[in-house]
Amino acid sequence: MTSALGSAPTGHDDRRARPTPTRAHRFRWARAAGTGWLYVLPALVMYAVFVLRPLVLTLQYSLYDWNGIGVARWVGLDNYLTVFTDSDLLKIIGNAMVLIVFFSFIPVALGLLVASMVRRITTGAFGTVVRTILFLPQVIPLVAAGIAWSWLLSSNGLVNQALRAVGLGGVARAWLGDFDTALPAVGVIGAWVLLGLCTILLVTGMSKIDPALYEAARLDGAGPVREFLAVTLPSLRQEIGVCLTVTIIAALASFDIVYISTSGGPGLQTTVPGLEIYRLAFSQRQVGLASALAVVLMLLVLACVLPIQRLSRGEKQ
Amino acid sequence: MNLSRREQLTGRVFLIALIVVTLLPFVSMLSAALQPRGTVPSGLDWPSDPQWGNFADAFTAANMGALLRSSLLIVAGVVPVSVLIATMAGFGLGQLRVPGGRLVFGLFLLGLTLPFEAVVTPLYYQMQDLGLLNTRWAIILPLIGLYMPFAVFWMRAHFTNVPVELSEAARVDGSSTWQLFWRVQVPLARPAIASLTILMFLWTWNQFLLAIVLVDDATKRTMAGALGAFQGQWGTDLVLLCAGSLLILTPTLIVFLIFQRQFIKALIQGSVKG
Repeated sequence: MTSALGSAPTGHDDRRARPTPTRAHRFRWARAAGTGWLYVLPALVMYAVFVLRPLVLTLQYSLYDWNGIGVARWVGLDNYLTVFTDSDLLKIIGNAMVLIVFFSFIPVALGLLVASMVRRITTGAFGTVVRTILFLPQVIPLVAAGIAWSWLLSSNGLVNQALRAVGLGGVARAWLGDFDTALPAVGVIGAWVLLGLCTILLVTGMSKIDPALYEAARLDGAGPVREFLAVTLPSLRQEIGVCLTVTIIAALASFDIVYISTSGGPGLQTTVPGLEIYRLAFSQRQVGLASALAVVLMLLVLACVLPIQRLSRGEKQ
Repeated sequence: MNLSRREQLTGRVFLIALIVVTLLPFVSMLSAALQPRGTVPSGLDWPSDPQWGNFADAFTAANMGALLRSSLLIVAGVVPVSVLIATMAGFGLGQLRVPGGRLVFGLFLLGLTLPFEAVVTPLYYQMQDLGLLNTRWAIILPLIGLYMPFAVFWMRAHFTNVPVELSEAARVDGSSTWQLFWRVQVPLARPAIASLTILMFLWTWNQFLLAIVLVDDATKRTMAGALGAFQGQWGTDLVLLCAGSLLILTPTLIVFLIFQRQFIKALIQGSVKG
């Protein structure tokens, strides 16, 4: 910091005014700082007005009982108490946790499997095609993924068609409408969206691993499993960290897919915090409770993501 | 790399399986979209007489012309401004290193993992007070703010790595900070700016939550938000729904295929840095 300040503007200003060195220095300093701030200001203002202010308001709302129109009533931490004791809300938070398994663990595990077998996607045309196709789910809106999969998982959809074709017609059902399968079915949609991204990230990381490490492991008589645990996994720590961070946020803050494919049903089987915040705030008019849930969701994301960041970055060095 | 033939083969088989799984939803949608209107399609069943006319029907039903225009207007409102002010802020924080910059940067980082759901309720009331509900501004203005954490983080990372000597050299030549920014730094930052532009375009085009909360009229929404409304309206007509969804996807797909190299680079870098 200090070195940067000392070295900021040299030359230009010196030539014009040089009373005493210290004065000139201070003058330059203040001017440079002022100009610098002008560059930061527009971004900071937009961020403050449309993110920080609403964030503070969310915190404030969460301490009130308010229907969005009338007079708000101070209730202290009651809304938070409700979030942590109401069985429906706890179930909803639990649903988001279950989705982590599908959005996060499955894509990362499958991605690792593919990565350790492919190691590097061929650079030629095949590689380009693979990359392009695997990235498609990242490019289309999640809403479209939701619509496509609602169709695939419906009673007449491809999934049931395939099951019937192999003689498993007995298990065919409307996957998103069934109490037992709705949440995993939503999870499958998320897994589909994120699998390609994780695979590409992991394969890209894989191609940076020094092949000598694998040769050394083979010379030491390591089998594929030992090789994976001793070489692949530690070398990919940072990439795995990235995948987990991105996918866990996607799971906890999921909204689009659920809204489109199930609207949270049947019952509350697939309702996630994001959807419940929307519903509480705009249909039930319980702005206070919605805001408390929003704060909890925000903290939940931080609680999951910060340790991963620390682990994947910290141990790297 | 010394991979045995068998290993290479299994690797390829897995990749191809992955590709099939990735593409199946699209193919299944296409097969449904081509069935005669009013029939109940099943899974994957290529029609003997593909009804390409369904796409024309969907184009009218979805009011595609208006939707495209609306999405483009929103992108035009969000992306250039976001990229410009984030580049300026990244320059200020990463090159000029303004005093107190660390604190400001910390403030931006705070928003990096923020779920949009956490601020959408107050944003609704804020837009109401500003009289902007149901206008595209209700999507544009908050999105610019919400993108700032990532965008500033991204551009600062670039500018921190540009040697300060470069700025000093420019100053010795007598150029002002503004000239230094536009003539020296922005041209150098072009790759970082390009990736950021692609990501912002994609995120804006696909933004759903803000669109459905802040704007009722589907023709004033983003593409994703409009698709949500389309599903609500035509959810029971599966043939038309599939045709419409594919249509709404097409512009993004075309842009993606044209710029796919840059897109993939941006997405990889974007997630690694984020």
